[in-house]
Amino acid sequence: MPPTRSGLARRQYGVAALFTAPFFLLFFTFTLAPIGYGGWLSLHREQTSGLGLGGEPEQVFVGLDNFTRALTDPRFLGSFATVGLYCLVYIPIMIGIALVLALLLDSAYARAKRFFQLALYLPNIVPGLIAAMIWTYLYTPGLSPIIDALEKFGIPFNLGSDAGAIGAVANLTTWMHTGYNVIIFFAALQAVPREVIEASTVDGAGQIRIAWSVKAPMIRGAVVLAVLFTVIGAMQLFTEPFIVRDAATTIDQAWTPSLYIYQLTKAYDMGGAAAASLILTVVLAVASFLVTRFSKKGATL
Amino acid sequence: MSPSQTLTRPDAAVSPDRPAGPAERRRSRSATPLLSKGVVNGVLLAAMLWTVLPLTWLVIAATKGYADLYQTGGFEFARVQLWENLVELFTFGDGLFLRWLLNSFLYAGVGALVSSMISILAGYAFDKFRFPGKERWFGLVLVGVLVPAAVTTVPLYLMASDLGLTNNFWGVFLPGLASPFGVYLGRVFSQAYVPDELLEATRVDGAGELRTFWQIAFPLLRPAFATLFLFGFTGGWNAFFMPLLMLSDHNLYPVGLGLFMWRQLINTDQDLYYPLLMTGSLVAILPLIVAFFSLQRYWKAGLTAGAVK
Repeated sequence: MPPTRSGLARRQYGVAALFTAPFFLLFFTFTLAPIGYGGWLSLHREQTSGLGLGGEPEQVFVGLDNFTRALTDPRFLGSFATVGLYCLVYIPIMIGIALVLALLLDSAYARAKRFFQLALYLPNIVPGLIAAMIWTYLYTPGLSPIIDALEKFGIPFNLGSDAGAIGAVANLTTWMHTGYNVIIFFAALQAVPREVIEASTVDGAGQIRIAWSVKAPMIRGAVVLAVLFTVIGAMQLFTEPFIVRDAATTIDQAWTPSLYIYQLTKAYDMGGAAAASLILTVVLAVASFLVTRFSKKGATL
Repeated sequence: MSPSQTLTRPDAAVSPDRPAGPAERRRSRSATPLLSKGVVNGVLLAAMLWTVLPLTWLVIAATKGYADLYQTGGFEFARVQLWENLVELFTFGDGLFLRWLLNSFLYAGVGALVSSMISILAGYAFDKFRFPGKERWFGLVLVGVLVPAAVTTVPLYLMASDLGLTNNFWGVFLPGLASPFGVYLGRVFSQAYVPDELLEATRVDGAGELRTFWQIAFPLLRPAFATLFLFGFTGGWNAFFMPLLMLSDHNLYPVGLGLFMWRQLINTDQDLYYPLLMTGSLVAILPLIVAFFSLQRYWKAGLTAGAVK
């Protein structure tokens, strides 16, 4: 007798639980539990009871004190300003370059498309740490052919300034992430129905016109998603400034929110670090919401 | 040809004495100076130089001694001492670098194998099985995709320190295993690669679900497994923040953190550490390049499945 529908379904419950258990077990332990613990930590402060020596440290409930402390710390607020400015510089440039390169790859003139894709993607597999070290050397005056060339053209590149530091980090991250987005945009472009492009060609639109007014709007979804992921990644910026600050001296210990959190953790201010992490998460959620909202609004206009 | 086109593109070479036909249109387009074969490929080539040159610099730097690093140009060869640098790299501190490489293979390689398997299993279950609250559970996975590492890292560090797992292999290995994005991809791939009808047929034949998975579904999901492995491997190899917080015993360091430690020590002995750092960085990238090129058939499928839905 073939298994009845309900028998099959019951058998599926068990096997579904078996298949998903390893993931959820790890996910609860190493993602959800830490989030909960982080919430608890953000409301407490470690204090040593008694008069110093011999006292076991204990967690004292301090309400929202850690949050007010973070939100009134000009260094923490400054880190958001820096990262905001960095996003304004980095994201349009990186996404713009990626889009232009993808459109060029998709044009009828491009040769060796596969080779170019691989070459452009290459920096993305280089660890951020090593990429940052390479570029730090390439930013060092005397060592760097790039800085020498810029100075020859009369463009002073002063890493010791705030603008120079943001430029240095943005150039590094653009180098690392452009290729990834080229691949994604190119794949999306390949999915644009050929009839649409042929129709515009017959209508007499030139290649540039087709690229900009026909193809680019059709991959809007992929671009918005790329912007969203880039915002989320960029606001958590850590490794790159952590290394580049050897060359760019204005990058301090609280240059980005993640650097600020790291520095609190190293100072064993866990409550402060947890509160700052949660504030960063809320800002990230708001930023993601704004990106999706803004793009939807744009689509209806 | 529409008049607007001739208006907006006066540069197109249109000879007035010939009628405008399809051939003419093709002609005028290829004559557009702004976008020709040469310009398109030239821009692509320039972009490629920009992505490849810093890596070329690293390759050249890895062949130099400390003095030549500063005295010769970044893109010119001096006395090539790559072999000496490599010998120094692998023998320094009783083969410390080799130890870091092995650690990275454990954290990233074994970690990615386990993690990909976990993701495939869960993704397959979400795609093929019916169970109560399925979409709500999947919603939880999607929320997990958006959780920034910043919120979990600090509490994880404290949890590990309460359990005595800081400065311990498992403290770095275990937290990286659950990948919500991997489960999401697993479900997408399972939908794409494993036809429902095939499973129905084996179910009617009375094969158990486990056997069906291993013998029918998993072979079809092998490309998905390779994609997830590639992502997990690069992610694990490049992880920095977590090991930086968790580990203080340099024998447990992954290669990235080890290189960072050398970098911190650089001013104590520049003659020693500069070549170590350059050659070490180059060697540390090689496994990624090998993994990438040997699995390149899969990466694009993974990238695009994840981003273009």
